[in-house]
Amino acid sequence: MKKFKNHNPPKWADKLLEWYCSPSILEDLQGDLYEHYFRNLSKGKSYANLIYWLDVLKFFRIYTVQKPKILTQMNTINLLLNYFKTSARSIQRNKLFSTINIIGLAISMSVGLLMLTFIIELYSYDNFHRNSEKIFRVTSFHQRLEENPDRFASTSAFVCKEIQNSFTEVDLAVTMRRGFSGDANYGEKNIRIRGLWSTKDFFKVLSFELVQGDINTALKEPYSLVLTEKTAAKLIDGTEYLGKTIRLNDKEDYTITGIVKDPPKNSHIQFESLASFSTYENAVENREKFMSWTNIWLYYSYVVLKENVEREQFQASLDRLSKIQNAKLENRSVNLKAQSITGIVPTDEISNNIGPNFDKEPLFVISLLALLVIFSAAFNYTNLSIARSLRRSKEVGIRKVIGATKSQVFTQFICESLIISLIAVVVSFGLFLFIKPEFINLDEEIQNIVSLNLSVIHLIYFFCFAIAVGIISGIFPAFLLSKIKIISVLQNINSIKLFSGLSLRKTLIIAQFTLSMGFIISTLIINKQYQYAINYDLGFSTENILNIEVQKNDHEILSSYFAQIPEVKSISKSAIIPTTGYVWGDYGKFKDPLDSTMLYYNYIDENYLSNHNFELIAGTNFISKPNQETEEFAIVNETFLERFQINNPYDAINETLLIDRTTHLKIIGVVKDFHHNNLDHKISPFLFRYSPKRFRIINLKIESQDILATMTKLSDAWEKVDNIHPFKAEFFDTQIQDSYLSFSIMIKIIGFLAFLAISIATFGLLGMAVYVTESRLKEISIRKVLGATEQNLVLLLSKGFIVLLIISALIAIPLTYLLFDQVVLAGTPYRAPIGALEILSGVIIIFTIGIGTIGLQTFSAVRVNPADSLKDE
Amino acid sequence: MKGTNIGEFEELILLTIAALGEQAYSVSICDEIESVSGRKMKLGVIHPVLNRLENKGFISSRLGEATKERGGRRKRFYQVTHTGKVTLKKVKSQRDLLWGKIDDLVFDGI
Repeated sequence: MKKFKNHNPPKWADKLLEWYCSPSILEDLQGDLYEHYFRNLSKGKSYANLIYWLDVLKFFRIYTVQKPKILTQMNTINLLLNYFKTSARSIQRNKLFSTINIIGLAISMSVGLLMLTFIIELYSYDNFHRNSEKIFRVTSFHQRLEENPDRFASTSAFVCKEIQNSFTEVDLAVTMRRGFSGDANYGEKNIRIRGLWSTKDFFKVLSFELVQGDINTALKEPYSLVLTEKTAAKLIDGTEYLGKTIRLNDKEDYTITGIVKDPPKNSHIQFESLASFSTYENAVENREKFMSWTNIWLYYSYVVLKENVEREQFQASLDRLSKIQNAKLENRSVNLKAQSITGIVPTDEISNNIGPNFDKEPLFVISLLALLVIFSAAFNYTNLSIARSLRRSKEVGIRKVIGATKSQVFTQFICESLIISLIAVVVSFGLFLFIKPEFINLDEEIQNIVSLNLSVIHLIYFFCFAIAVGIISGIFPAFLLSKIKIISVLQNINSIKLFSGLSLRKTLIIAQFTLSMGFIISTLIINKQYQYAINYDLGFSTENILNIEVQKNDHEILSSYFAQIPEVKSISKSAIIPTTGYVWGDYGKFKDPLDSTMLYYNYIDENYLSNHNFELIAGTNFISKPNQETEEFAIVNETFLERFQINNPYDAINETLLIDRTTHLKIIGVVKDFHHNNLDHKISPFLFRYSPKRFRIINLKIESQDILATMTKLSDAWEKVDNIHPFKAEFFDTQIQDSYLSFSIMIKIIGFLAFLAISIATFGLLGMAVYVTESRLKEISIRKVLGATEQNLVLLLSKGFIVLLIISALIAIPLTYLLFDQVVLAGTPYRAPIGALEILSGVIIIFTIGIGTIGLQTFSAVRVNPADSLKDE
Repeated sequence: MKGTNIGEFEELILLTIAALGEQAYSVSICDEIESVSGRKMKLGVIHPVLNRLENKGFISSRLGEATKERGGRRKRFYQVTHTGKVTLKKVKSQRDLLWGKIDDLVFDGI
């Protein structure tokens, strides 16, 4: 019998039996089967195995099979109810900690909700088009020699025509051009309208709803006009629009052939009106330039691919076309790439967008920052929970004794963190509603891009977000608590539990304070840069200069009216306003016919230089020539001299330069260098040109006690000349500030995030301080009894925390400095140095807050009467 | 027998359990029936019947001590309940009544 003892029934048969059999019968049934098995072994092992298998299968009957799992799950539901009750009680009993946790989470989650809504809306752009996955636009890459190619959302008319006529992959295509605009006149009403030129398949490719008119023919004939409902209502009373004639720019008559619904907010193509492309094409004078392969700046091509055609096939056709055409070019190449319409917003770096857009890069950065803030709050919760896990250990121990498994304990604490997270999300929703309008009003641009309206989808995302945050915050404490050994609880071993949490908690506090310090220092640095940029000495004066747009009027007449107003001290004119980031430039040469460089310029009149206090270091100013036929003269800057290696400014006078390949200009003066572009760019070679036909801005130097009255006088003068268009005037200083708007927005956003991060870190510190003082209460009392002074005690308790703060500072300072010096401000040629003031201020603020928090707690703790706390031992 | 709620097989098993006394568990019941009736008895036949009898209330069961042989698994020992005993007696008396009515001559020489 000995050798039979080592044989056991087949394992899998046993497993099957154990799985299906009801526990109450399993034991003796299995025993019986084993007995028979050992008996059968005498007839051979395979026989015994076979019989065993057969028996196991045969015993699969109603009375042996255990009740289905659903009935055991009923147990789980009851258990969850119990967890819910326990969590609710635990929250109520620890009001302070719960409040700290909920508020911290709520604050950070409100930012999270904002980002979530923003991102959801951005990514939902253009999803209303039918077949959006088959709609593509053609983008162009322009590359000159070995430089990096620039990407453009537009392409050439040549490509648009090729696609429409000979691409077999394409089912439908539409060509558009920006720039349709003019003064529209109907009866008594005059309004300015803008929009796009488009070929006739516009409504078939893109899902903009035509409410009146025929989608096949609305944009077919020349001089057809389709208006949006809003624009039509502004121009024409009543609802009968079709067939009416609109006079544009006093020159052309357009017929209204359709009314389209206003484009929804989440469309990257925005317009007030559409004019038939045939109108534009018929009026083209230079056909060769129109159909040039490299004229990629103005036309847009959108296609719908055929049913079974994939993007790759379309792209291959585009590549073939590019290859053939680029072979005819020297030094330049244009490459085409198909882009899915739903991938347009948010965008990578691309120029010539047809409508508003939002770059991916800043989106990424802001999301990252928001995530950091959220993690900060989540780790607050983790920290506090771990610290207080000691108190819950008795509860856990008893639960385990009664029979809770590790996973059940784990689930219990996850439930608790989920409940806190859900409460927090409700509170944060309220906060979110509050900060939403603030965010939208940060910048007008934002309003153009998103509306941040809420729908059920958003609420579902919010709920999932809350669950995610709850799990992140709760997972670590739940894990630690589930590992509590019953023995250590019953034997009251306290020390073991603390160790595993200690270094983690310290790291979390350091992380939070480093983050807060980083945020504050960043805000201060950016603010300094902003102030620096606004107040930078540009090389000329912008004070009290009011820039007025001439629009379509005669600048001579306007100037004469303005001159009559006493507060206007001097008048000058220019084509563009410098230093606000708007530049005109063209390629030009000096003496060497092979050496051409980009020259920036502005057209100015004879008063411009003195009006703005420019310094002429050689030569003379322009002379007034109101009826000039051809341009003759130029005034260059010092960098121009440097570029063409002219050492003495006087050597440049009377020399000739060539610009725009055809215009020869004689240099009559040299002006001291000034910033013609904004401070992100180094000063480049620049010239002033004189051409009265080009003047579009009148610069008035104003000296006035009552600006408001002066403005009224000016706008009255304007209305004498032009009573249709609004008076557009702005102070130069204001315009410069506005050009740095992105800075001020950045400051607001980062400042806000800094505030959040600090609040959360403070809450966390407060929680830890409360916890530590509470748990060391007895120790403090005993020390007091033995003679420690209150100062000693405060120092003792605070020591640990102060060390943490110092470590945070040591990490934050170099990191932030490097971040700004090497990364953020690295590309800016004119910048404020990162001073010790900013860094120290940041550190001091954080230290003050930190020490204040700790101090508050420790002070109240050390005032405790030892008799009270040692009373009940 | 009719009117007693147990069939022939069940009666057989009840009797075997009563006969085995303390040692009545599924395997031993199985062996005993085999030895008495000469029929090959399978556990898969007996076990459900035992379950049914217990549900009807004719037998009761208890788990015994853990022993080494069956890998430590305990045996389930059965006993006939009062109801079972009454029923068995009833069956027996019905049979005896009929046997008593049969003339000696019928079974002469068998």
